[in-house]
Amino acid sequence: MDSKNSSEPQKKWIGVLGVGSFGTAIANMLAEKSPVMVYARKEDVVNEINTNHTAQGKALNPKIIGTHNPEEICKSCDILFMMISSSGFQDVAKTFAPYLHPYHLVIHGTKGLCLNLGKGETLDSVQKIQRSQILTMSEVIMQETVVVRVGCLAGPNLSKELIKGQPAATVIASKYNEVILEGQSLLRSEKFQVYGNSDIVGVELSGVLKNIIAIASGALAGLELGENAKGLLISRGMVEMVHLSNALGGSVKSVIGLAGIGDLVTTCNSVDSRNFTVGFRLAKGETLDQIMADMEEVAEGINTIRVIKAFLETADLRAPITEYLYRVLFEEFDIKEALQFLMKYPFNVDIDFV
Amino acid sequence: MEEKYLKHKYDPIIPSKNEWPVVKLARERKEFVKKVSDLAEERILNLTDKNPDILKEELETTLYREKLRIKQNPWVVDPDDEGSFWGEVKDSLLHITTATGTTKKKKLEGYQSILNKITSRYAEEIASNFKHTHYKFTRSVVTYGFSRLLNAARVKGFKSIFSNQYTLQDKIQITGETDQLRDLATKGTVVMVPTHFSNLDSILIGWIISVLGLPPFIYGAGLNLFNISIFAYFMNSLGAYKVDRRKKNLIYLETLKTYSKEAIQFGCHSLFFPGGTRSRSGMIESKLKLGLLSTAIEAQRANFQNGLDDISGKIFIVPVTINYHFVLEAPSLIRDHLSITGQERYYKENDEFSNSYKISKFLLKFFTKGSDISVSVGKAMDVLGNYVDENGDSLDKKGRKIHTRDYFLSEGEITVDHQREEEYTNMLGKRIVEEFHKINRVFSSHLVAFTAFEMIKSANRKLDLFDLIRLPEEDISIPYDEFKANCNKVLDRIIQLTENGKINMAPHLHNDMDTIIKHGLDNVGMYHAKRPLIMDAKGDIVTEDMSLLYFYHNRLTGYGLEKLF
Repeated sequence: MDSKNSSEPQKKWIGVLGVGSFGTAIANMLAEKSPVMVYARKEDVVNEINTNHTAQGKALNPKIIGTHNPEEICKSCDILFMMISSSGFQDVAKTFAPYLHPYHLVIHGTKGLCLNLGKGETLDSVQKIQRSQILTMSEVIMQETVVVRVGCLAGPNLSKELIKGQPAATVIASKYNEVILEGQSLLRSEKFQVYGNSDIVGVELSGVLKNIIAIASGALAGLELGENAKGLLISRGMVEMVHLSNALGGSVKSVIGLAGIGDLVTTCNSVDSRNFTVGFRLAKGETLDQIMADMEEVAEGINTIRVIKAFLETADLRAPITEYLYRVLFEEFDIKEALQFLMKYPFNVDIDFV
Repeated sequence: MEEKYLKHKYDPIIPSKNEWPVVKLARERKEFVKKVSDLAEERILNLTDKNPDILKEELETTLYREKLRIKQNPWVVDPDDEGSFWGEVKDSLLHITTATGTTKKKKLEGYQSILNKITSRYAEEIASNFKHTHYKFTRSVVTYGFSRLLNAARVKGFKSIFSNQYTLQDKIQITGETDQLRDLATKGTVVMVPTHFSNLDSILIGWIISVLGLPPFIYGAGLNLFNISIFAYFMNSLGAYKVDRRKKNLIYLETLKTYSKEAIQFGCHSLFFPGGTRSRSGMIESKLKLGLLSTAIEAQRANFQNGLDDISGKIFIVPVTINYHFVLEAPSLIRDHLSITGQERYYKENDEFSNSYKISKFLLKFFTKGSDISVSVGKAMDVLGNYVDENGDSLDKKGRKIHTRDYFLSEGEITVDHQREEEYTNMLGKRIVEEFHKINRVFSSHLVAFTAFEMIKSANRKLDLFDLIRLPEEDISIPYDEFKANCNKVLDRIIQLTENGKINMAPHLHNDMDTIIKHGLDNVGMYHAKRPLIMDAKGDIVTEDMSLLYFYHNRLTGYGLEKLF
C-alpha cells in the first residue's frame, strides 16, 4: 500500500468497516474529504474494490482502498465507521477487539439490537429479558472492545438517495463532543447536514424502534387503507416509540428528532425497505416463513419485535402496536383482526409525554 | 473455618519519614499553597473567559453567599477575621465598579487581584497541617490504647491489661489485595476510595494505612469534624485537608479541586470518600460525588502531558469497603434518609459524634465488647476503571495490556477536553460502585436483617415503605423455623454470588444456620437502645425498631436478593 504515503500524506486515514449499501455510501461521502480505507471480510470483495473500484457492483470512489486485515485498518486509522449488519456486529467487534486501542474513535451506523445472555441461553429459552440483557450497538462496542469514544449515525438516510447525491441530513450521537465534532467535519457537505446529539442510546433506539412501525406501515399499505390511516399510525407509532425508548434509557427528545420522527416518516413511505415489504406481504396473506424464505437478509424489524416483546414481559409497560405485530408474526393472529383491536385500543389521550 | 486475616504488621514501604510525600508536601507547604491558589485563579479566569463582567458576577455571587453563610450558619472552626475579610472584598469590588473611566483591562486586573486574595485564603484554609510528631503520637495512641482495652476485656483480670494476647488486628480484619496496594504505593500514586457509613471510618482507614506500612494518605475531611477538638487533632495528624460543605461557590470548589489535583500530582497518596457523605440509607453508595474523583483523572492526564508515561506518573484507584455489624449513627442516618425520601420539608443534620465524651464512650463499648469490623481492599484500577497487573500496567477485559495514555489522545496528541474527562469521571464512578458490590463482605447480621425485613415486607405487600416502617413493632413476629428457612434461601443465593465473584462472605457464614442466626442476632446493631432484631421468650424473631432494621437490611440491596421473596 504505497498510495498510503504518496496521496495526501498530511491527512489521517478514515476507516469504514463493511461495504453494504450504507457502508459504501458513507465511504464515498467520506472520500470526498479524506483518504478512506474500507474493510471487507471476503478477499474477493477486497480485490474487486482495489481493481475495479466497485463493491459488490456498487461504484466506489477510486481513491478508496480495500483491506481484509483488521490489524492494518486499525493501525492506519484513528477513526473507524462501523457499517455492519446487526447480525454480524458482535462478531466483527470481537474480531477487531485485539487491534483497537483507547485512542480509537468508533462511529457506527447499525440499526439493531443484540442480546447479552448467558452461555447456552437464547431468546426462546429465556422468554423474558431485562434491560441489562439488551445491548444497543454502542453498548456492544463498549462491552467487546476498549474503545470508549463511541458514536452512532442515524437518520433518514436511504442509501439509494445518498448515492445519487440528493440532499439529506443525519444525526451523530455520542456522549463525547469530540466524536460529534469529528463526525461533523468528516461528513458535512453542501448536500449533507450533520446534527449532533448527546443521547446516544436514545438515538440508537429511535433507529431501531422505527423498524417496528415500518412493518405496520407496510401492512396498512398492503391492506390498502389509505393515507389517513398512515398518519394515524405514524403518530401513534411515535408515542409508542417514546414510551419504549424511555423504558430502555433514551430521552423523549431524541425520538421526536431527525433520527426518530424523521427516519420514521421516511421508512414508513419507502416501499423498497425490507421492513415495509414484510408488512406489505403479511397483509397480502403470506406467512412469515414464506416471506423469510425469499428475502436475502432478515428484516431488522422482525428481530426487534421479538426482543421488545420479551422485554415487555419484565417491564411495566404496554406497547400495543408491537404486541399485536408479534402475535401476527409469530402466533398466526389474523392481521385484520389485529387492526380491529388496535382501533379499539383505549388510547384516550393524544400525547401524554411532554 | 477460621480464615487467615492479616495479623502481622507490615514494614513501612518508605522507612524514612523524610521521604514521605506528605512530609515533603508539609515542608513545601507555603510554596504549595501559593501554587494551588495561582492555578485556581487561572482556572477561574479561563472559566469566565477573562471577561471582567462575568468575573465580577462570579465574585459578587461568592461574596453574597459567603456573607449569608457567616450570618446564618457560623461554626466554631471559622476564623475570627471572616467578617472583616469579606467586608474588604466588598469595598474593593465597589471601588472598581464605581470608578469611572477605567479601561476594561484595568477592571479585569482589579477583579483578578480580588480573585487572587480569595483563592489564597481558600487554599490556605484547605491545606493540611501535617506534623510528623503528631502523626506518630496519634498512631501509637490508637494502636496502644485500643489494644490495652481489648486485652483487658477479653482476657479477664486486671493484670491482663498488660497482656499482648489480642491485638487490634483480631478485631479489625483486613482482607483483599493488600500486597498489591503496598506494591503499587511504592511505584505510583494511590487514590483510595472507601465506602462511608460512619464518622469512625476516617480514623479506621488512617489506622489501616499505617498497619499496611503505607505512608500517610491525605484526604478531604468535612470541616464540621474539625469543630470537635479530638477529631481535629486526629485529622490534622493524619494528613487531612479541610472540605467545607457549606461553601458551594465556584471559586471555592475550583480551589479545592486544584488542591486535590496538585497533591496527587505531587505524589501524595489520597483518600476520597466518593459517596461524599455517610450513606444515609445504609446502602452501598450507588451515586458518587464526582467532583474530587475528577481530580484524579485530571492529575493523570497532567502527568502524561508532563511526559510521566511510566509507572511513577500512574494513578491507581483502589476501592475499599468497610463492613460493620453496628453503625453508631444508624438511628439518625436512617431518620435523615427517610425524611429526605419521604419529602418532608424539615430536615436537620444531627451528629451523634457531637462531643468527645460520646465518642470515647462508644470506643470503650466497641473495644470491650465484641463487634468485629472487616475492611476489604479491592483490586487496583487505572483512572478509567481497568484493572492493573503487578507492574501497574492496565489490562483490558481480555487481559491485553493497554496504555492509559491512549484515552487522552486525539490525533496522536494529548489533549485537554473537559467534557471528555467529565464522561470518564462518570465511567470511573460506575466502575467503583461495581467494585464496591464485588468486595462487599456479608456478615451474619446483614443476612438476618435482610431476611427479616424482606419477610415482613412480603407479608404486607400492600404497604409502601413508609407505612411499613410505621407498623407497630409489637405486631411483628416471625416464627423461628420460617425465618431459618428463609435465611437459608438467602444464604444459598449469596454463596452462589460469591462463587461468581459478585460479593464476599465473612468466614463465620460457613457455620450451621442456627449458629449464624444467633451470631447475627447478637451482633446486628448491638449497641442501639432499641435493637433492630432480637429473639423473644417464645423463640420467635421480633424487632424493636423497624427503621433500624431497614437500615441494616439495606446493606444487601443491589444484588437482586429481593426477588427471592
